[in-house]
Formats: sequence, C-alpha cells, structure tokens
Amino acid sequence: MQFSKVSGKKNDHKVTLFALSTCVWCKLTKEFLKENNVEFQYVDVDLCSDEDKEQIHEMIQSKGGSLSYPTIIVDDKNVITGFRKDQLKEALGV
Amino acid sequence: MITIEQVRKRAEADAKTYGYYLTPQPELLQAFLEGLKTNEDRYGYPLCPCRLTSGVFEFDRDIICPCDYRDPDVAEYGACYCRLYVNKQVFESQNLPEVPERRPMEKQARAYGTQPASKPASPRGEEKSRAPTQPLAQASKAQPAVKKKLWYCKQCGYVVFREDPPYICPICKAKRELFAEIESTVEFNG
Repeated sequence: MQFSKVSGKKNDHKVTLFALSTCVWCKLTKEFLKENNVEFQYVDVDLCSDEDKEQIHEMIQSKGGSLSYPTIIVDDKNVITGFRKDQLKEALGV
Repeated sequence: MITIEQVRKRAEADAKTYGYYLTPQPELLQAFLEGLKTNEDRYGYPLCPCRLTSGVFEFDRDIICPCDYRDPDVAEYGACYCRLYVNKQVFESQNLPEVPERRPMEKQARAYGTQPASKPASPRGEEKSRAPTQPLAQASKAQPAVKKKLWYCKQCGYVVFREDPPYICPICKAKRELFAEIESTVEFNG
C-alpha cells in the first residue's frame, strides 16, 4: 500500500491518516495537519485496491479503531476517529 | 454526467420535502456536493461521500444519499452522519453536532475485500450474523449475497422489497418496529 507523505516541521509523532478522497471531514483533517505544520502520511482508502482495503481494515481494527473516516493513528497506538480538533491538538501537542 | 448544480437542486428539493436544511456553511456544502458528484460519476449513483463504498449496488444501497440512516440521525442528533442534512435548530445555530455511525458494522465491512481471493479463511466477528450458506468470503462483486424480503408497514400498508425494513416509514413516519415481513410461498428475485 502506498502512503502519500506530507512533510512538516513538526515531526515528533508518527501520524497516519486513513481518509476518503470524497470526504469533507477528511479534507479538513488534511488541511488542519498542514496548517499546523505536522508531518504525516495518508492514504485515500476509496482509491485503493481490494487487497489494500482488506489490509487497511485489519490495520484499523487491530488498533481498536472503527471503520469511520477520517481515522488518524498517532504513534501506532492513539486512534482518533473523525475530525476532532481538540483530540488532534492534544495528541499532537499543537 | 451530472453537474454540481443538479446535485445541489436535488439535495435542496429533498431537504424541503422532509423539512430539513442543508448544512449552513457554504464551503462545506460545496464540498459535500462535489463528493456526491464524484461518487455519482464513479459508481452511477450518489453514494455517501463520508463512507467507504464497495461499488456493489446491493451492498451500497443503504448509503445512497439520502441514506437509510439520515432520518433517524436527524431526529436524534439534529443532523445526518455527514452533516449535509440538518434540522432547523442546527441550521440556525450553525453548531454542527457530532453524529456517531449508525450503519451496522456488518454492512460497513462489506466494503472491504469483496473479492474472494483477498478474504482470509477465518471469519471475523462482524460476519457471524450472516447466514451460514452465504458467508462474506463467498460473496463476489458479480453475485452479492444480499437476501431481500418483502416488508409492510402495519400502520399505513406501505410495502418495500429490501434487505431490511426502513428505520422510519417514508409514507406515515411509523418506526421500524411497526414493519413486519410478508411471508410468502413464492420466491422473489431482483
């Protein structure tokens, strides 16, 4: 699976975003991360192959996430579902 | 190919019919409409832009906008899952609520790995409620394993041929509990 990488000055956390290309809240999440200069990687799940979708399903569920988008995983353990600015700010220290 | 204006007019007309409003912030609204247009161009029907779709009509029909979950979500939270459709109070306050996902996990899971080759052998928890003769592992994009039934509203008599009865009767607004299956000795397909 190919993640798109967005570089940023704030790179002290590993931030992975699972998004949908059509989803408004996913777009806002990407913008929020960029505005705050957070380095992150993302994948638009709706544009993935079936095989990749299956992998993503396993990845999100193994971290205890639900299958809603956006799903943000911080440092491979902290799962944030939905565009929750407060939770993102707290988890990322921005 | 459908235009953004057509998508907008359709959503406005539907909101008006049901006494709802479209999301109050113009930039958000524009983005929702673009998402709906993209999905309609891609799949042939305006699938929910906020949910992962399978591309199999029978698996996705509950999330064709307006989705099956909109009416109960607006009734309970003041907005649909996307927050495209809102009630008057939310529209006027411009304060969009958080709306949890009401779509059952079993249906959400259908968007992942619908090709038999990519399915693991062991069934996951959310698949256990499926009929044993039609496990998800055997479902393919060509033959969706969805069993449709005839349901009728005990209050007004409205009849629907779908996998599940609606959450709210579109005719008389009766709740799902007032729907009953029509038992038939004839097999229906379609």
